Amino acid sequence: MALVQTTGVAPPGVHDLQRSGALSRWATRHAPILILGVVLLILPAIANDFILVQVVGWAMILGIIALSLMFLAGYGGMVSLAQMTVAGVSGYMITVFGASSLPTISLFWPWWVAAPIAIALGVAFGTLTGVLSSRTEGIYTIMITLAIAAAFFYLTLQNWPIFNGFAGFTTIPAPVAFGINWKHPVPLYYLILFFAALSYLAVAYISRAPFGLALQGVRDNPRRMEAIGYNVTAHRVAAYAFAALIASTGGILMVWLNNQISPGSAGIEATIDLLIIAVVGGLGHPIGAFIGAIIYVVLRTFALDTLVAVGLDGRRFQTLIGLCFLLIVLFSPDGVIGLWRRFAAHMRASGSRSGF
Amino acid sequence: MATAFGNENTVARGGRGDALGRWIGRHPIAALIIAIVAIFALWLVLAPWPAGFEDVFGKKRIFINAIFNGITLGGLYFLVATGFTLIFGLMRNVNLAHGSLYLFGGYMGYEAGEWTGSWLFSYVIAFICCAVVGIAMQFFIFRRMEGQDLRQTLVTLGLSIVFSDLMVWVWGGNAIQIDTPDYLLGPVATPIVVALKSSGEAVFLQYPLVRLVIFVAAVLIGLGMWLALHRTRIGVMIRAGVDDRDMLSVLGYRVQLLFVLVFAFGAGLAGMAGIVGGTFQSISLGEDSHFLLASLQVVIVGGMGSIPGAALGALIIGCAEQIGLVYFQNYATVLTFLIMVIVLALRPRGLLGRT
Repeated sequence: MALVQTTGVAPPGVHDLQRSGALSRWATRHAPILILGVVLLILPAIANDFILVQVVGWAMILGIIALSLMFLAGYGGMVSLAQMTVAGVSGYMITVFGASSLPTISLFWPWWVAAPIAIALGVAFGTLTGVLSSRTEGIYTIMITLAIAAAFFYLTLQNWPIFNGFAGFTTIPAPVAFGINWKHPVPLYYLILFFAALSYLAVAYISRAPFGLALQGVRDNPRRMEAIGYNVTAHRVAAYAFAALIASTGGILMVWLNNQISPGSAGIEATIDLLIIAVVGGLGHPIGAFIGAIIYVVLRTFALDTLVAVGLDGRRFQTLIGLCFLLIVLFSPDGVIGLWRRFAAHMRASGSRSGF
Repeated sequence: MATAFGNENTVARGGRGDALGRWIGRHPIAALIIAIVAIFALWLVLAPWPAGFEDVFGKKRIFINAIFNGITLGGLYFLVATGFTLIFGLMRNVNLAHGSLYLFGGYMGYEAGEWTGSWLFSYVIAFICCAVVGIAMQFFIFRRMEGQDLRQTLVTLGLSIVFSDLMVWVWGGNAIQIDTPDYLLGPVATPIVVALKSSGEAVFLQYPLVRLVIFVAAVLIGLGMWLALHRTRIGVMIRAGVDDRDMLSVLGYRVQLLFVLVFAFGAGLAGMAGIVGGTFQSISLGEDSHFLLASLQVVIVGGMGSIPGAALGALIIGCAEQIGLVYFQNYATVLTFLIMVIVLALRPRGLLGRT
């Protein structure tokens, strides 16, 4: 009663102060993300087009697709290797329904028809994957989704009427909309940034929404959730559908950025690379997917030259990636995020000790 | 003694016959459909096709060849997938480096064959090399992270990346063909009529001897494994471990030793299969993921952790792949994919897996 009275009579200034205190607390807690956001927003003023699109843009796209894997694995406990395939399905579909250099296959529908269809088909594929693999649990998921991913890869390789075999599609124009040609580096960069931020926020929001919390419950103890009255399978399939929505968006952006799509784009190697990205970044937090992606892209872009520069064989790049991955899995199962958390905890501990 | 064994056999056979009879009694329609399909399949293989039939389905020789290729390919898939399914069943370890072991065995067998000139000896070398790699993997890595399914699988993934890159380094990207030894070279006539000449004379199917011999060898290995699993002490331990490895270890059996043995055997089989693959087709970059996929499909369709399941799955996947290649080239993988989907929808743990 007394508490209510004091808040009731408190002058508006105190209330504002409290709120601004909450705001600054929120700002300090999310400082790294906010700084990152500002840097990404002003990046086109600093970096050249190559860095902008081929490094940061490409990393953000891989981050979006890896984010869908992180969502499934981190919150749902389902390590689905078919997320790159979902991206591949929607990427292929945007070329089939939209424009490409192959008039025999492409339908040349405008982007605002083709993109929703591509995303819808990607989501349908992802949901089907979910229906199939959520009938089993745990480690079986990896086997089933990997088999699905590999089957799609061999299908694109063999099939000429729809997927144009190993050649795939080239010269796929990004759309011209609102008077802007989204193929130019800076607009393309902002488009990717927008969807990366959107999917990050969506995952961050859903992870705390009732659905996300129920999903985490399903991850930790499906039987108990079932007993409480949650439909475990429905939650899992819905998670697959949501993840597929993110991955399909990433798939379309991937095609627009690369200007081509071929079986290798969603091949077994790409599938495995995506898992590496998600695991190296860390499955515990949505930002991990993007951290893993930027590490991967920087390594991929610059390691070759670095390896040659220090006198090693640049062709052994895959071995380097594999060894880095093994080190992370063996010594920090929660990825770079886990390393950072442990480092931060260590600093805090030593800081408080010196304070005493 | 002999009579005792004989009695035991008849009892066992009688029991099984009863089970079959009961199954037919419970599912009369399913049994009828299966019987009709089986008779139709036999007729398809044995009888010469009527003219109208060939118009729809193409030449019988092509069909029979596809079936034979499918069955022999199934033998090869069985050799790769049994190791995979054994390792998975006992250790819950999805060994994604299994395809790399297959490829490594193929390359080592090729080197051994070049060096000694003996095709049979190369199998021994491939088995030993891959078994040693398998032992090292189990002993140095997986023993330390027992019970952490996902982490083990991720490690096998990392290993497969490193292995395949190192193999590209040593053997390059070109396809290598392992020569068939002279005594198995050439086709052999089979008693299956593929067509009738205008004179009414029957034309028999000619089929490569080496593929038939390897298929028979795969069947013998499968039977040997079945006997070893059901008639020896180690087999009993392995089956008990698949059911409940914690209980087995509580009972005082040396589970770690068992794990190393099974890993070595599974890896060695994959290595031997590498030589078979190199003789059937060729070994090259990318074959590791092809055979990893095949093992996954076989195990998913047949049943996870079951050896009869691996045999059944290998036959189904092998035949589906070859028939798909002949009849719907653009959608061949869709056929195997559909089979996988149907099996998963009806029996999530595979046809012969335990539910």
